[in-house]
Amino acid sequence: MVLPKSFKRSLWVFHINTGSCNGCDIEIIAALTPRYDVERFGIKLVGSPRHADVLLITGPVTRQMVEKVKTAYQQMPEPKAVIVVGNCGSTGHTFHTSYNLVGPVDTIIPVDVYVPGCPPRPEAIIDGVVKAWLKLETLEAKR
Amino acid sequence: MSLVETMEIVLWAILGTIGVAVFGIFVGLLYKGIDRKLVAHMQARYGPPIRQPFWDMVKLFVKETVVPEHATPWLFNLAPIIALAASIATLLYLPIGGFQPILSGEGDLILVLYLLIIPSLAMVIGGFASGSPYATVGAQREMVLMMSYEFPLAITIITIAWQLKNTFADHPFSLATIFSQPVWGTVGIVGLLGFILLLLVLLLVTPGEISKMPFDAPEAETEIAGGLLVEYSGRNLGLFYLADAVKTVVMGSLIVAIFFPYNLSTILGIGGIMAPVVDVVFYFIKLLLVILFAVSLVRVAVARLKIDQIVYTYWIPLTLMSLIGLLLIMFDSTSLFHISLGW
Repeated sequence: MVLPKSFKRSLWVFHINTGSCNGCDIEIIAALTPRYDVERFGIKLVGSPRHADVLLITGPVTRQMVEKVKTAYQQMPEPKAVIVVGNCGSTGHTFHTSYNLVGPVDTIIPVDVYVPGCPPRPEAIIDGVVKAWLKLETLEAKR
Repeated sequence: MSLVETMEIVLWAILGTIGVAVFGIFVGLLYKGIDRKLVAHMQARYGPPIRQPFWDMVKLFVKETVVPEHATPWLFNLAPIIALAASIATLLYLPIGGFQPILSGEGDLILVLYLLIIPSLAMVIGGFASGSPYATVGAQREMVLMMSYEFPLAITIITIAWQLKNTFADHPFSLATIFSQPVWGTVGIVGLLGFILLLLVLLLVTPGEISKMPFDAPEAETEIAGGLLVEYSGRNLGLFYLADAVKTVVMGSLIVAIFFPYNLSTILGIGGIMAPVVDVVFYFIKLLLVILFAVSLVRVAVARLKIDQIVYTYWIPLTLMSLIGLLLIMFDSTSLFHISLGW
């Protein structure tokens, strides 16, 4: 199956915070502001994982959030991609030895794109979302 | 009536319906794009290209359609189809450009009033059938919203019909009558004020009818995660997206048909083949202005109201406004208050 061009031009993003300090979340909001304006690429934040094409995760995964992240991931309709924004979600960062963390996001659900940074700049986040589309395309080609 | 004539009428209705459906969906998505672009520019952003809603729609139809475990599948899948079908059916009764409506009868306005409820009702049914607490909250809010805006809307429609009945005794509820006899010409200065009030009421009912910004509590993304639509995905969500687009055109066309039925070709005296083209272009401009003032500007200017504030807004100030409009138009019909405008 070849994804139509429309897919690239209309990625709807669902954002989930798995114990982030809000730093990355604020950078995501910054990407929506007039200065970066991701809506001009058709990228839109949606309120429900059912509407989403991309799952945007910030923060190391706390014990309470494990099941919720899995549920949100399973609720998303195919084809879908997962982006982790920030060092915490990618590796655990400063908190990697903490007793109440289950670990980086990729130990719980498959991750397609990592956006490093503490927090990453909005440009990096936009680039990550674009890379997620490339990932989706190759996944579909392999099938 | 012979069989051939009946066949002809049926064939005409079928072709017209397909034409109106394509037209409604295309124009609805186009105006959605224009609306998003305008809103973006008002917020000092570039905004998505005008084609964006078309891309969104194609994407939604490509995606997987999930039916949740706790949902009632047949109702869940039926609701979006009913919503789209009812929106297109409403458009069949409205005059578009210089053309007469495809279906028409004696009580069009009342029928349109009822047909307008069906898409919202389908969304309520779909919301309850989703089996999600967020969707249930959204469905309940949508019902409250429907009860709120229906009152001022009904008063407005009844007033217009009453005025037409006074002026032209036959078929007061027919949109064809309203289309051929603009309401503004039938009243004096007091009635003119009344009609301006009614126009304002109808413009403010529009965002409620299509669940847009100040009145979008049923779909509030930030608090109830999309409300009614929370469990919808893929094709079903795409159908609701289309229904919303068509309903915007329906509300715009209703306002245009009641308050601005003027055709440029008759004013400028253009005849022949050019007349329908000029009329359709003029209709697009009127529709754009109505949607700009009723949806885009309001959406940028104000934040979301709580559900109790929505009920208050519709039941107290807007109902009072429409009642004052009704009274002014009634006074206008008595000789004591009638001050002619001379047109």
